[in-house]
Amino acid sequence: MKTKKKLDTNTVLIIITICLFIFMYAVGCVIYQDKGFGNFQTFLNVLINNAGLICVTCGMTCVMLTGGIDISVGSVIAMDCMLLVFGMTEWHMGAVPMVILVLVIGLIFGAVQGFLVGYLEIQPFIVTMAGMFFGRGMTAVICSGQISITEADNPLFYSWANAKINLPAFLGKVNKHGKVVVPYMRPTVVIAIVVLILIFLMLKYTKFGRNLYAVGGNQTSATMMGLNVKKTRMLSHILSSFLCSIGGILYCLNTMSGSVNQAKGLEMDAIASAVIGGTLLTGGVGNVIGSLFGVLINGTITVLVNTNGKLLSSWANIATAALLCIFIILQSVFALVKARRNK
Amino acid sequence: MDENLLITMRDISKSFPGVKALDHAQFTLRKGEIHALMGENGAGKSTLIKVLTGVYSLDAGEIHVAGFDGPIINHSTLEAQEKGIATVYQEVNLCPNLTVAENLFIGREPKTKLGTIDWRTMNKRAKEIMDGLEINIDVTIALENYSLAIQQMIAIARAVDMDCKVLILDEPTSSLDDNEVEKLFKVMRDLKAKGVGIIFVTHFLEQVYAVCDTITVLRNGEFAGEYTVEEMPRVKLVAAMLGKDFDDLASIKKEGAGHVSDEVVVDGKGLSHKGTIKPFDFEIRKGEVVGITGLLGSGRSEMVRCIYGADKAQTGTLKFKGNELNIKEPLDAIKAGMGYLPDDRKADGCIGDLSVRENIILALQARNGMFKKIPISKQNEIADKFIDMLQIKTASRETPINQLSGGNQQKVILARWLCTHPDFLILDEPTRGIDIGTKTEFQKLALKFAEEEGMSIVFISSEIEEMLRTCTRMYVMRDGAQVGEISGEMTQESVMSAIAGGV
Repeated sequence: MKTKKKLDTNTVLIIITICLFIFMYAVGCVIYQDKGFGNFQTFLNVLINNAGLICVTCGMTCVMLTGGIDISVGSVIAMDCMLLVFGMTEWHMGAVPMVILVLVIGLIFGAVQGFLVGYLEIQPFIVTMAGMFFGRGMTAVICSGQISITEADNPLFYSWANAKINLPAFLGKVNKHGKVVVPYMRPTVVIAIVVLILIFLMLKYTKFGRNLYAVGGNQTSATMMGLNVKKTRMLSHILSSFLCSIGGILYCLNTMSGSVNQAKGLEMDAIASAVIGGTLLTGGVGNVIGSLFGVLINGTITVLVNTNGKLLSSWANIATAALLCIFIILQSVFALVKARRNK
Repeated sequence: MDENLLITMRDISKSFPGVKALDHAQFTLRKGEIHALMGENGAGKSTLIKVLTGVYSLDAGEIHVAGFDGPIINHSTLEAQEKGIATVYQEVNLCPNLTVAENLFIGREPKTKLGTIDWRTMNKRAKEIMDGLEINIDVTIALENYSLAIQQMIAIARAVDMDCKVLILDEPTSSLDDNEVEKLFKVMRDLKAKGVGIIFVTHFLEQVYAVCDTITVLRNGEFAGEYTVEEMPRVKLVAAMLGKDFDDLASIKKEGAGHVSDEVVVDGKGLSHKGTIKPFDFEIRKGEVVGITGLLGSGRSEMVRCIYGADKAQTGTLKFKGNELNIKEPLDAIKAGMGYLPDDRKADGCIGDLSVRENIILALQARNGMFKKIPISKQNEIADKFIDMLQIKTASRETPINQLSGGNQQKVILARWLCTHPDFLILDEPTRGIDIGTKTEFQKLALKFAEEEGMSIVFISSEIEEMLRTCTRMYVMRDGAQVGEISGEMTQESVMSAIAGGV
């Protein structure tokens, strides 16, 4: 038996994803140098704009690891945003109670979906589709129009949204007037990164994390080995909905508004990011680090298309489609190679 | 409860739709005992074990486990494990995507002070466990990188390491080679010395006599008796399993050899498939039963796959009933009148959710083409005919095939080919993993069809005895090449020396 350590194909897939991101970004820097793409702040903006999506994708990855899926996340975010904005403008509630309320709603939402998936063994697609319609419907029930939140409505929330975390000045750039523009991050990015690290550690070092992989690897085996498959699947949905609520709060801090059509299709962005990051739809394989780069690739595509200025923004979708295609084909090819080798 | 008893199961009954799997079955396990659980396929061995381990619920009866007052019921494998009952199933029940170490420890991972998983300790202990079994592998890579046999040993190691009072081994040896079986026996004897009770389910009689102390026989879901190994010679054991006196198998051949005609049905010259089989010749006459013998992996299956077109022949010519035939894919072979019963019935043969009838009709429908649907009345007629002829034990012809026992599934696949009335039928390990009674039936059926319908049959089996009973001639394979042909007076010794290379 070989004792030599071989890179397994899943690691290779993640490395490909990371390399692709670096390559795309480098190409962007060269082509759009004059438009300031190489500016460090551009990269930070990708993070700022996608902080919410990073949280959501972490949750999505956990559900997908068990072989499930959660397509309710987009409309849950819309519902969260609407509730936050409506609560603070119309009910004049404080920022802290509203945030807690949204998180609790996330837990309850996840518990209901998780119970249906785990204990009643209904297809996750169907369950979360119901959740999707419910979330979107609830958003419209709260308020059917578009509302925004201003400093006058809730100064605390406003200050959170506009807080800047300045980075060391040497990372910045000198502008036309000879002044140094100091690059900055938002607190939302910090929260997203913390969530990402916690989920990464959870997947690697906790029993629950490994159970997610086991359930996705082979559900029957997991049962036979004495793992509580039902509970694991339920918890994965609670985690997803909870992270989705955190994502919703970050999303709201970014947009400062709520509307019925907000975050439409975001669930698909999350799934696409996870898949590009090496998570298998069949479960058992994946990692949040890959998912992070999946989100970054998605974000970069959008920025590239926007920076060009002449391209229709829909080209971003087409680029994502092409990437998804490539990654799915790569995964199948690797699986085939593996199957042949084992023969 | 007696001090020495670990498990007593009394009057256990369990029904599935249309089938009574267990009917007042009994079972007793004592400390430091290796207890064989024997019976034909469908006798209820697996069901009894699954009831004990909480995979199935029981309809009636009582289970007592040492250390627990009153009757217990396990609702899940986890509960059984907590009571000290560990199980290794015939199919490897591990997660292919996790590492070897994780598969050994999941559910009971070593923890650090912070309560997180201690990977270093886990990998170290996993390495020790595998070294203890003299299996030198990298425990930090995914399980799917290893062969089925290694995976099975890992499953066994997991169960053994769980500090159990009772270890259940449900046909764990079907994918192991002799060397690995020996390792397993050593582990079993060590555990026995420590006072662990072991329930061992197997089809191999030699293994029972090699390690077991006690035998419980089940028959049609009922308790047929408990015996010590000493008081139970093989013939008596088989008789107990069948519930009748053992057929004198030796006599079933010989007389039939006369019906072979001179007409050559299949005549292959210089056939080969790169990487699997070197050029070989093959000839079979009408009504003849020919064997292909050799060690596992010597090219037995590859040879017939090449004839049948499952692996397209790259050189040579094939004449079928006198006409040259160019087989590009199995459908060409089916249309010409060949049939192939593959060795891996789960992967290549059965379609689990389809009914017995649909599974039987499949090949016939494929030959007729998609659009010429066979009328349902005709289908029913064919299905009933074969269920009756092959004595397939099924609740009805509409029962999904995966509810049948292994031997009966195999009969359904046989029926699938028989109903296409092939001139040439390949049986690749038709009797593997099925009990001795059904084996005999299969052998008889092969001979019957050769004699009465003039079918030419290729019979492949790992058991030389079985081939001696059925075949008049054998091709000998070694290392992917045809190395000889034997016929006439064949004995176990002459065949074995041919395989080993002493011809």
